[in-house]
Amino acid sequence: MSRVGVFVCWCGSNIAKTVDVARAAEAAASMPGVVFATDYKYMCSEPGQNLVKEAIHEHKLDRIVIASCSPRLHEATFQRCIAEAGLNPYMVEMANIREHVSWVHDDREKATEKAIDIIRMLVAKVRRDFPLFQNQIPLTKRALVIGGGIAGIQAALDIADAGYPVTLVERTPSIGGRMAQYDKTFPTLDCAACILTPKMVDCVSHPHIDIRTYAEVEEVSGFVGNFRVAIRQKAKSVDESKCTGCGLCTTKCPVRVNSEFEEDMGQRRAMYVPFPQAVPNIPVIDREHCRLWNDQKCGVCAKVCPTGAVDYEQQDQVTMEEFGAIVVATGFNMWDHRQIGEYGYGQIPDVISGIQLERLMNASGPTEGKIVRPSDGKVPRSVVFVACVGSRDENHGHSYCSKVCCMYTAKHALLLKEKLHDAQMYVFYMDIRANGKGYEEFSRRAIEEYGANYIRGRVSRIYQDGDKVVVKGADTLLGKQVQIEADMVVLATAMEPQPDAKNLARMLGISTDQHNWFSEAHPKLKPVEVLSAGIYLAGACQYPKDIPDTVAQASGAASKVTGLFARPHLRSEPMIATVDQARCVACQLCAGVCPFTAIEIVEIQDAKTKQIRLAAKVNESLCHGCGTCAAGCRGNCIELRGFTDAQVLAQIDALALM
Amino acid sequence: MSDDTPDKTANDLSNLTVGGHRSDPEFFERVNSLSGQNVSLCYQCGECTAGCPTAFAMDFKPNQVSRLVQLGMAEEALSCNSIWICVGCETCATRCPKNVDLCAIMDALRQMASKRHVKSPETDVQSFHEVFLSSIRKSGRMHEAGLIAALKLKTGKLTKDIPLGLALLKKGRLNPLPDPVKDKAAVQAIFGEAQTPGEDNGRQ
Repeated sequence: MSRVGVFVCWCGSNIAKTVDVARAAEAAASMPGVVFATDYKYMCSEPGQNLVKEAIHEHKLDRIVIASCSPRLHEATFQRCIAEAGLNPYMVEMANIREHVSWVHDDREKATEKAIDIIRMLVAKVRRDFPLFQNQIPLTKRALVIGGGIAGIQAALDIADAGYPVTLVERTPSIGGRMAQYDKTFPTLDCAACILTPKMVDCVSHPHIDIRTYAEVEEVSGFVGNFRVAIRQKAKSVDESKCTGCGLCTTKCPVRVNSEFEEDMGQRRAMYVPFPQAVPNIPVIDREHCRLWNDQKCGVCAKVCPTGAVDYEQQDQVTMEEFGAIVVATGFNMWDHRQIGEYGYGQIPDVISGIQLERLMNASGPTEGKIVRPSDGKVPRSVVFVACVGSRDENHGHSYCSKVCCMYTAKHALLLKEKLHDAQMYVFYMDIRANGKGYEEFSRRAIEEYGANYIRGRVSRIYQDGDKVVVKGADTLLGKQVQIEADMVVLATAMEPQPDAKNLARMLGISTDQHNWFSEAHPKLKPVEVLSAGIYLAGACQYPKDIPDTVAQASGAASKVTGLFARPHLRSEPMIATVDQARCVACQLCAGVCPFTAIEIVEIQDAKTKQIRLAAKVNESLCHGCGTCAAGCRGNCIELRGFTDAQVLAQIDALALM
Repeated sequence: MSDDTPDKTANDLSNLTVGGHRSDPEFFERVNSLSGQNVSLCYQCGECTAGCPTAFAMDFKPNQVSRLVQLGMAEEALSCNSIWICVGCETCATRCPKNVDLCAIMDALRQMASKRHVKSPETDVQSFHEVFLSSIRKSGRMHEAGLIAALKLKTGKLTKDIPLGLALLKKGRLNPLPDPVKDKAAVQAIFGEAQTPGEDNGRQ
């Protein structure tokens, strides 16, 4: 015979103002199985919880109904509470009389009746509750970081420093990412390489970090604590154990192609390291452009290599590896401004993007830091910057602000003014968004101290006129059209997700927003988590971010990983589906509808016939307890623990058979 | 920061055309030096316009006058009525979040407009300024009756305000005779200093 206790919460005035809580408690006291019922101002407070614990002891209660708020808010609170009083934590039910009653109704009389009905339903259910127990799941204490930019580097270093092994997968030949391309960083103008390369070197020398460059994640399966990941190591055509990084092969390679790292402002060879400070300092052969693969002749690199490290026979290798957690740090892509007709479709050579200017300014860039325009190598005397190129522009598919352009445009204007003293800088902007530490002051410095002419308005047209690039636009502060004969134009183009972000999201089972940025689990309270446990986000793969925010988030993701790894093992939620295999006919409908691929079809020995046959089985680590399979099962042989048919039907009966 | 930081606000606008007019590359610097202000500090928030008691009558609002200077639009800045409508109440200067004294800029623009003989759209206001200054120059102190007479002659509005003038006379508020200061030479010296050739002789 069950002994139910019902506790009706006022939630201050949240519930009590609409529901007659005393009457609800009184009504509950006479419901079948209820031996004790009361109301209290704040059930979730410490005195409220003590009230529950004392009642459990005093009235020998064995199951509890808390009539208060949504189980999302406080179910865990009261599970802990009754566990402390010695009951199984799954012997409590939450009757939601706040979100479902007091917040949505005005009529006190009817609201009270509805609250009593809801309490009656949960009393009926709780009488059929049975104890549930968590299972232990093993945990692989090794992390995978996807993406070797500053986000991935920071996350890998933090996790490795905590003593856990990390595999850092990067698809280009070097770690470093976007930050390695930048010249200086706002608002302090630290040289990007000076602050980044030490971290890159830390990664390569860290005993717990395994760097895989020129490698990609191909397949991900499993679940938190137990991911299985296929990693493709693309053939570098160089034996890393023999290569000394002398670079002779890269100077002798006869093939020149546009360098991705230099954003097409410079060239590289087919045998190349992307930039001088690359980590690891091991060249790769770009087989798509290599003469040996295209014309079946050459082989110069192998001839000049003093250690015989060049290996044309090398093949891609795919390895299957196990990880307990994954940090996604795949970064962003720059939107291609060649789609904008009014800005010249990318046909005007002296109209470049901000990241191209970074390479122009960089001392190890194609011009060794000399600011010259791409068309004729002349030093520009008048430079126009255009902010929000593609950003905040639904016409071009980006409703969002790319967040960093205001700052790097101010930085560009300021740095160019330092390099070209008497040159004019014009900046077309819509708003100056400088919301970071020292940012507003920095952008004002470009205007007030360096004389950058900021013009609030859009640019309507850019065209070549002789050796000038004419920029037409508006000054909305005066309501007048303006025109500038410039030597060079720099476009602050929008940040975009990586072109293959959607694929990776599908592989990892994580969601994206309408632009394909990866979605966090909660925009405020779970900014580094995703909805799948064990996977965390770092950096601009989630949304445009600057370096400080990226590094902060990367450390946040790392702390989530180390927090996970600090546990001895994982516990599974017991409110999951279970299959009555004796009755299962292996129709596999459940496997098809399961959103978490938690149902496997396994061979079992039939209890009666002793023959081997197929049946469904639930992987307890993967099951989220959504109940889709239970609803779909034709033979009615799947049940959701904690929500069995008996429990749910009793709830309905309690309402219907009034 | 490197040593070769450029001069502050080396603001050259020679390649800019606004509303079909070429920007005057020197105008910005001249207004800065004459007013003692740095107009590039202005970030166009509009606080000045919001609080200005006379902005309703201006063709370019106070923040737009600042913008005209920022873009080197000399012709518009010197010929607009705003610089003459401004009464110099200093509300804008008091409230400016960047501590720009827009009244000083208005002052500088009025001086430049006078020097360059730009015809003001507010002829009466300009006439009043001229008559007022000549009255001070003569007696070192304003002589109301003389000022009114001179202004009436200059504007040709002879009969306007007669009842008011008579009422003031009756109450002894209008002294028919001037009451000059003792040390006229000092006043002359001040005028002399203010009027040394060139425009860049104002506040620094």
